[in-house]
This record gives sequence, C-alpha cells and structure tokens, in this order.
Amino acid sequence: MSAVTLNNIVKRFGNFTAVHRSSLEIAEGAFVTLLGPSGCGKTTNLRMIAGLLDPTEGEILIGGKRVNDVPIHKRNLGLVFQNYALFPHKTVAENVAFGLKYRDVPSSDIPRRVQEALELVQLPDVGDRYPKALSGGQQQRIALARAIVIEPDVLLLDEPLSALDANLREDMRVELKRIQERIGVTTVFVTHDQSEALAMSDQIVVMSAGRVEQVGAPEEVYNTPSSEFVANFLGASNILEGKCTDIGADKVAIEAPIFGKLAIPAEKAPLIKGPGPAKLVVRAEKLQLSQSPAPDGVVSVPAYVETVDYQGQAVRYFVRAGDTQLQAINMIDGHPFAEGTEVNLLLRPQDCAALPG
Amino acid sequence: MSVEAREARQPWILLSPALTAVALLLFVPLIFIVIYSFWLRTATGADEVGFFLDNWQEALSDAFYRDILLNTLKIAAITTFVCAVMGYPAAYFIARAKGNKVILLLLLMLPFWISYIIRTMSWINILGVSGALNSALIWLGLIDDPIQMLYNETTVILGLVHFLLPFMVLNVFVSLDGIDTNLEDAANSLGATRWQAFLQVTLPLSLPGLAAGGLLCFVLGAGTYITPLVLGGPSDAMFANLVFEAIITQLNWPLGSALSLMLLAVLGALVLIYNRYLGMAQLMKGLG
Repeated sequence: MSAVTLNNIVKRFGNFTAVHRSSLEIAEGAFVTLLGPSGCGKTTNLRMIAGLLDPTEGEILIGGKRVNDVPIHKRNLGLVFQNYALFPHKTVAENVAFGLKYRDVPSSDIPRRVQEALELVQLPDVGDRYPKALSGGQQQRIALARAIVIEPDVLLLDEPLSALDANLREDMRVELKRIQERIGVTTVFVTHDQSEALAMSDQIVVMSAGRVEQVGAPEEVYNTPSSEFVANFLGASNILEGKCTDIGADKVAIEAPIFGKLAIPAEKAPLIKGPGPAKLVVRAEKLQLSQSPAPDGVVSVPAYVETVDYQGQAVRYFVRAGDTQLQAINMIDGHPFAEGTEVNLLLRPQDCAALPG
Repeated sequence: MSVEAREARQPWILLSPALTAVALLLFVPLIFIVIYSFWLRTATGADEVGFFLDNWQEALSDAFYRDILLNTLKIAAITTFVCAVMGYPAAYFIARAKGNKVILLLLLMLPFWISYIIRTMSWINILGVSGALNSALIWLGLIDDPIQMLYNETTVILGLVHFLLPFMVLNVFVSLDGIDTNLEDAANSLGATRWQAFLQVTLPLSLPGLAAGGLLCFVLGAGTYITPLVLGGPSDAMFANLVFEAIITQLNWPLGSALSLMLLAVLGALVLIYNRYLGMAQLMKGLG
C-alpha cells in the first residue's frame, strides 16, 4: 500500500492552473523528491499533501485513507520549511515538545522524547537555548527534530536546504538522508536543486509548469530523460534534431547532425516506437575532448574550443563543430585545453539517449 | 578637517532643524511651565514671581485632584481595554487579508482627515436628544420621549474609543504583519488547531504590538480634555480638564502648570516602565 497517493489532482487559483491533472504514488518508507524550477507546482503539491491547500479536484490518500476533508492538525505529518519556522519565543526544547503536547504522550515522557530527537539531529545540548542563538544549519536541524519527534506518517520537506550556505548544504544533505534512513519515515522532499534530488532520492518526480514530466529513480531520470525539459533541467545536455532510421530489437539507429548515424541501446530510447523525427540527447559530461585518435566503437568528430569555463576539478567547454555549438564537461587531466585549440569530440553511442522529435 | 570629523558632524547638521524645532517648541515651553508652577497667583489676580510651593502643595494634598486623577486613569484604562478587544480582531483581519492591505489601512486612516473635535461632536447627532438613535426609536414606537444618552462616563469612553481605536489597530497590525505565516502552519502541522496555534504562537508574538498600542491609547486617552468636554457631564471631568479650567477659565497659570506637570509625571512614569520592559523600538515601528 502506498503511503501517499495523489489521485487525479488538479489545483487552480482563479484562472491559473498551478497543478494540471496528475497522479502520483509514493511508496511506504520512500524518499521522493519533487523537482522542478520555481512555479512548477511542486510546492503546491506538497502543501496539498500537508493540508495547507485544498485540491480543486481529485483525491489525496495518506496510508490508504482519503484525507481531503481531514484538517491539517489531524493528518499527523511532519513539516519542515525553508525558513525553519521555529517559534522564536519558545526554547529549542519547547519547540521540539510542541507537537507532543497535542498527542497522547504522558508529560513525564516528553523530556526524554525531546532529548532523543535532539540527539538524533546531533544537537543534544541546545535544549534551553532560543532559536535565534543558533546558526541557520542548527535551526534547520531543530526544525527537523520538531517534525520527526511526533513520529509522523509522512515527512514533508519544503526546500529545507535552500537557505543554507553551499558547504553546509552538502553536509546537511548527507545528514538528512542518514536520519531519514534511520527512522524510515516516508519523505516528500521539494527542491529546485538537481544535485540534491539526485543525491538523496529513491525516486524523483520532475515537474514543469504544473505537469509531471517524468517519475523515476535518479539514475533513470538522469540517463534516460523522457523529455527535452528533463534532459536540460538535470545537468547540461546537448539536444540535436535528427531522425530515427531504423528500430531493432536492442538497438535504435539515430541519424543526427555532426555525429552521423549512431546505434543507441533501445532502453535509452524507450519512447521511440518507429522511424521518424527524433532528438539525440548527449550529456555534456559524456562528450570527451581529446587530441588522441578514437578507440574502437567511439565516434570522433573534429571541433575547436570556443570558450573555456574553468571550474577547478572540472572544466566546461563550449566547442564548435561545423555550425553547431556543443557543451562538454570534462574532468581535468593535466591542463584544460586552451580556447581556439583544435580537438576531437569523442562520444560512445551507448552514452546517448534519444527522444521522439 | 579630517574625513572622520566631517562624517561625525554630518548627522548633527542634518538634524539641526528638527532639534531646533523640538528645543524651541517643546523643551523651552516645558521649562516655562516648570518655572510658572512655582509662582503664585495673588488675590488681585496678578502673578507673584518667586519660588513658592503653594501650588504643588494644593495639587498634591487636595483629595479633589487625587480623585479626578484616579478617575482619569480608570477611564484611560477602560478605553485601552476596549480598544484592545475591538482593535485586535480588526488588525488580524487586515494582516491576514489576501487582497490589498494598503486600501484597508487607508480606510483605517480615513477618520484622521476629519478634525478630532468634529468627529467627537458627531456623537451628539447620533446620541443626542434629537439625534439619529432617539429619532429612530421614537419612529419605531419603542419610546415616547427621547432618552438622554449623552453626557455620562460611557459616552466619554465611547468617544475616546472612537478616537483611539486606529492607533491600536495600526500597532497590532504592524506586529501581526511581521509574524511569519509559516509559524501558524508549522503549529497546525504539529497538531494544534487554528485556535490553539493562535494562542500558542500568534498571540504571544503580537504582544509587543498590543502593548505599544495600549501605551499610546492610554497616554492619549488620559491626556485628553476635548472628549469629556464635549461628551461628558459635569461629573466626568478628566485631569486635563482641570488644567484647562485653571489656565483658560481662572487664568491661574501657576496652578495649571503644577497640575499639568503632575499628569506629565504620571504618564511619563508609565512610558518609562514600558520602555524598561518592552523598549521604544516597537512603538516607533507602529508609528512609522
């Protein structure tokens, strides 16, 4: 049984449709990320699950029970906000204890439960402090402790890492995932950050303009995007207009500019049903710049380096092959190529994906 | 002149017109009042210059003044309480309104465009013997002769609430508007009903605004003489009326000065207590 089910959900605000008809099943104990740019409807979905918004149409089920008419305070959900939303006039311990007061928890048990939650987020000694005395990262841990101490059926995280500094964000990402795995709570995580989504999720729901674009495991969504939007939103991709010339049992033949005819594994082109217009998707990091000859089975195309965007451990090149500009992200081996250098673009056909044109 | 010295002088240069105005229009007259309070009005009607404690002795020892001072504080306290009870829901409504809050705030300020005296006198047209309410009751046949509704303590409080309510609403609004709505959502998600979330989170966080509004209502209410003059009866005089009476009617500036300083001291002490516990910053927020 799914922990959360969205059944033909539609949400309209006046004339504006924030979420187009969509359905979603979230498995018990899963870490599911709603990923998309701002305004894509991901937060609207989260707020509908939370009970902060009512869907215009459709049903929401939590643990198999319809909750459309259950008010938020009876849904038993843990909610964590981007801006922490800790109660500034209560101490950390009072914040964490807040939800326990509304549950059948004997008051003698409350301090122990609070302390356990604080230990879980690795801040056991701050109970008597006020939130404003803590750093942003610490406040977010307290907000997490406050949400999980009530043993929620579903944990809802609304961009919880977005307000943190870059370094802290990566630490918190690992920390959040560790805590989620430890308590095993079904988690719905909303973010616009693809690396957070890829790193943390069991399943990613990519959304755009109120529609679900693709649902799948991180690797699946990353390697086999089901739309141009997904290909571009998760990492950088080169998309070339071409056509499918033949479709075989395990290979699909795609003819594209620059690279010519490529035999792509059928599982990387699941949406192509037969010959016709098609798009070749080449991930920027799969395009290798080299001045050596290509090994067997690797396509090689001459190009020259137009722009170099140095990033430390990696480098992003904008290269020109014929009249097409392509992006390539390579790890740096020695020195990056200088602008204007003539290079070969190496591409393994099995690293490509294809979409219907 | 060094850059530091010039930068240090700059704020004072910019402030000088305001400081001059405050000094000449507020501080100097206040010193005059202090000096006056030690003069003595003689039987001939002339003021005798000197250092006499007679006015202070009269003001501080006469039970008449004490009773009116206590009554003034009582009326101000009731007014403040009524303003808080009526103003809080209004402020909450405006702060949580989805539409244009500026329009609602503008509507709230609208009465300020009409003179306070005119607004106060409008109650005579409503509650007076030939006012709207009496006419309506007679027309409905509920009464045969008009009822005297004006000129008692209740109408004084009514007039004061009418005058002071916007100050309370504005202050509470500023406080409520600054509260992150996610806090209520968080409380709801943790199991608190909307009412519990309000009591546990919103109300405590809005108390500074309530206190600031309360202070303004109390001080302005306790210092007024127009409302009791227009809407009160002979026995509803407030302390500022005594000052008015002494200075304007009896031309006894020395006694009037001593009385006004007494009121200033009481209200000043209240402001200091407020500042001690809540700070003036909140009050500035509400006024700005």
